[in-house]
Amino acid sequence: MSLHDSDPRLAHLPTRLIELRARAGLVVLGALALAVASFWSLDLQWSVLWSDEATKAMGKFAAEFFPPDLSPPFARKVALATAETLAMSALGTVLAAMFGLLLALPAARTHASALVRIPTRLLLNALRAVPELVWASLMLIAAGLGPMAGTLALTLHTTGVLGRLFAEAIENAPPGPAFALSAQGVRPAQVLLYATLPQIAPQLLSYTLYRWENNIRAAAILGVVGAGGLGQLLSYHLELFQMARTATVLLATLALVLAVDGASYIARRAMTR
Amino acid sequence: MGLLASSWHPLSERDPTARRRTAWLLGCLLLLWPLLQLTEFHPWRMLEARSLRVTAHFLASFVPPATDAEFLRLIARETWRTVAIATAGVSVALVLAVPLAFVATAALSVSSLAGRMAVWPAIVRQCTRALMVALRTVPELVWALLFVRVVGLGPTAGVLAIGLTYGGMLGKVFAEILESCDAHPTRMLLANGSGRVQAFLYGLLPQGATELTSYTIYRWECAVRSSVVLGFVGAGGLGQEMDSSLNMLAGNEVATILLVFIALVALADALSAWLRRMLR
Amino acid sequence: MSGTLPAGQAPDSALGATPRRARAQASAPVAADVALQNGASVHVERVTVRYVGTRPQSRPALDQVEVRIDAGEHVAVVGPSGAGKTTLLHVAAACLRADSGRVLIDGQEPWGLDARRRRQLRGRLFLAPQVPPLPPRQRVVTAVLAGRLPAMSLAGSVRSLLYPLGIGAARRALAPFDLAERMFDRVDRLSGGERQRVNLARALLAPARLWLLDEPLSALDPVRAARALQAMRQEATRRGVTLIVSMHQVEMALASFPRVIGLRDGSVRFDVPASQISSGQLSALYAQAQGEVPPDAQPDGQPPEEAGPGELPMVWR
Repeated sequence: MSLHDSDPRLAHLPTRLIELRARAGLVVLGALALAVASFWSLDLQWSVLWSDEATKAMGKFAAEFFPPDLSPPFARKVALATAETLAMSALGTVLAAMFGLLLALPAARTHASALVRIPTRLLLNALRAVPELVWASLMLIAAGLGPMAGTLALTLHTTGVLGRLFAEAIENAPPGPAFALSAQGVRPAQVLLYATLPQIAPQLLSYTLYRWENNIRAAAILGVVGAGGLGQLLSYHLELFQMARTATVLLATLALVLAVDGASYIARRAMTR
Repeated sequence: MGLLASSWHPLSERDPTARRRTAWLLGCLLLLWPLLQLTEFHPWRMLEARSLRVTAHFLASFVPPATDAEFLRLIARETWRTVAIATAGVSVALVLAVPLAFVATAALSVSSLAGRMAVWPAIVRQCTRALMVALRTVPELVWALLFVRVVGLGPTAGVLAIGLTYGGMLGKVFAEILESCDAHPTRMLLANGSGRVQAFLYGLLPQGATELTSYTIYRWECAVRSSVVLGFVGAGGLGQEMDSSLNMLAGNEVATILLVFIALVALADALSAWLRRMLR
Repeated sequence: MSGTLPAGQAPDSALGATPRRARAQASAPVAADVALQNGASVHVERVTVRYVGTRPQSRPALDQVEVRIDAGEHVAVVGPSGAGKTTLLHVAAACLRADSGRVLIDGQEPWGLDARRRRQLRGRLFLAPQVPPLPPRQRVVTAVLAGRLPAMSLAGSVRSLLYPLGIGAARRALAPFDLAERMFDRVDRLSGGERQRVNLARALLAPARLWLLDEPLSALDPVRAARALQAMRQEATRRGVTLIVSMHQVEMALASFPRVIGLRDGSVRFDVPASQISSGQLSALYAQAQGEVPPDAQPDGQPPEEAGPGELPMVWR
């Protein structure tokens, strides 16, 4: 069936390598075919980018960004939006950690029967599958415009992510302490609190901090659909073609993302000390 | 220990770290208050009669999901468009990432063969890395918003946005993978006078190929999800359809699109996992 | 001395596969008052335990083992590595399901009960595994107080996490093992021997009437080992708790325990009062191939490993 059997000249070469190369070749061909089909069917406006007026328009567009609007009243607005975005990401992540932990116990193979585990895993997957922006659009209907919709959206999506990560951490925790307590007839919830969590707490915290890095980026853009924060400011001023103010908002966004990335990195390093 | 440690005698019955724990707990709770205020977190508002009615009505309209033939045809077209945007975007990203990673890899540095890297190549490498970080840090939605201004609504903005952001991501991870490979064969090739491209193709690429491909496939799967999100700002595809259906509060259409989206993501996930297994 | 089956219960030795569902097999407790006031009894009846995935002809971990331990007895289990001591203790603690035969704890068969009643039954015993099962970053006081969890409500245990309830009790439990001053240290700052002693201190706080200790002295030097063993025996006697200890230190076992069970290759070689043991029985038990080191010369601080050929089907609930 394999190439190796058919061609005697290949007999001295390792079979697996040939099969691997053949498979890799097929995959690359398939990927190329998909890529070509994509470009062809999308009718992309490349000419728009390379044409003369386009380049001039882009140049003008880029020039309008400088200098960014740093007047005190606007700077205050941006600062407030930054704080709002930071709060959204922080609160969303914290709530998601709580709910994720609550759902991780019924989702862990070591603590729950299949009857409980499978629906919980499905729920977590569903929460995870829907992107934050889509959740935000849905939450706007229930919670109205503003940062609460964004916080809820982040909470829902991140609960799915953290719930699954936490469940895996629970399953992979060293079983000794939990086994000894179970042998004594301790209730599963107490076993979790006294044996499993103390062992995996640093890992859970690390996952949460890492998710915060992702959530600050998400929080910054949820405002585009109306969920508050820097995103709302950005889309507002962009639509009015106020490029200088847009530039300020962009700078604030970049600074915020880098700051949270740094804080999360430092915190995670401090934990492993 | 410091200020918060109580003087503790070994035979006392008090927990010495209790004060520190309480201080931490109070500190966290204190931090919670401004968070709740800034995010206007009033979940009880969602249970007010008016918003409850709107929510209930919207949720009720989810069932049954829209299944008329014309709508399904539209959704099928948009699903393909979403996948196409993602694939095209990742292709652009690769075009960006491969040269960037190539330049940024210290393993391909000719000047460092003799010891420390020379100043100018080191600067070039650092700048390349900084460029990749910059591309990664800007959320792709922001790129999409900007590009929509320049090239108008449509898939071009989405492809460019994904291309730039994922170019930075792929570039950084490609550089890391290449650096984690054994640099010895590459350096031998460089020392014996081969060009950098050949050294890359024969020295680094064979070792890192599996990991590089695996990560690219994983990122393609992420790009499918991204392209749905970008649709909300006008880049076409499923996202744009969902945005318009939501604005019309057409719950049945939203339900269909959500289901299709979840199925698409699951399919992409399975395909990616299968491909990665096949290449192992 | 050796217990009889509860009245009205026919010997069910033909019990092949262990019951899968709650077969309402809860038989009447043996001599109710004695068992309830004092220790719990353990009856291991013709139990065979096989390693996971082995052929039927290969040697089982436990082979038709029959042991009856009554309430309040103190028993030592001795034998070379791989004899099945740990397996026997786990079977007696209802952590391991036998492939044939049955176990009665306080006259009840744990595998015939539903999960909740089995948990209550388990609450009457305390198993100290060979490797101290203490979370590394937990403080000693919390680790020790965890022994009381079977008797604590969920709310109480949550409160105790914020501020340990019963620090005095923890101190009193750690005192016989000279560890009271280390009470607020983290477990991973303790040596192996100190952790073993913390594990034993946990038993003193548990609401258990049956203590199953697996090699509790392996990491302790002879002086500390003797002191720890004496402390456990004194407490067990005071409370009327049934004590079953597996150990390698044969001399100490003979000196301290009124009854000794010798295991080798998964079967019971002798089960006699300590006074009636002959040195011939002991050397037969520990007989090695020529040239190997006799067990008494084992270095301390090295917990001897059960050299079993495979996994055992452990069950947690």
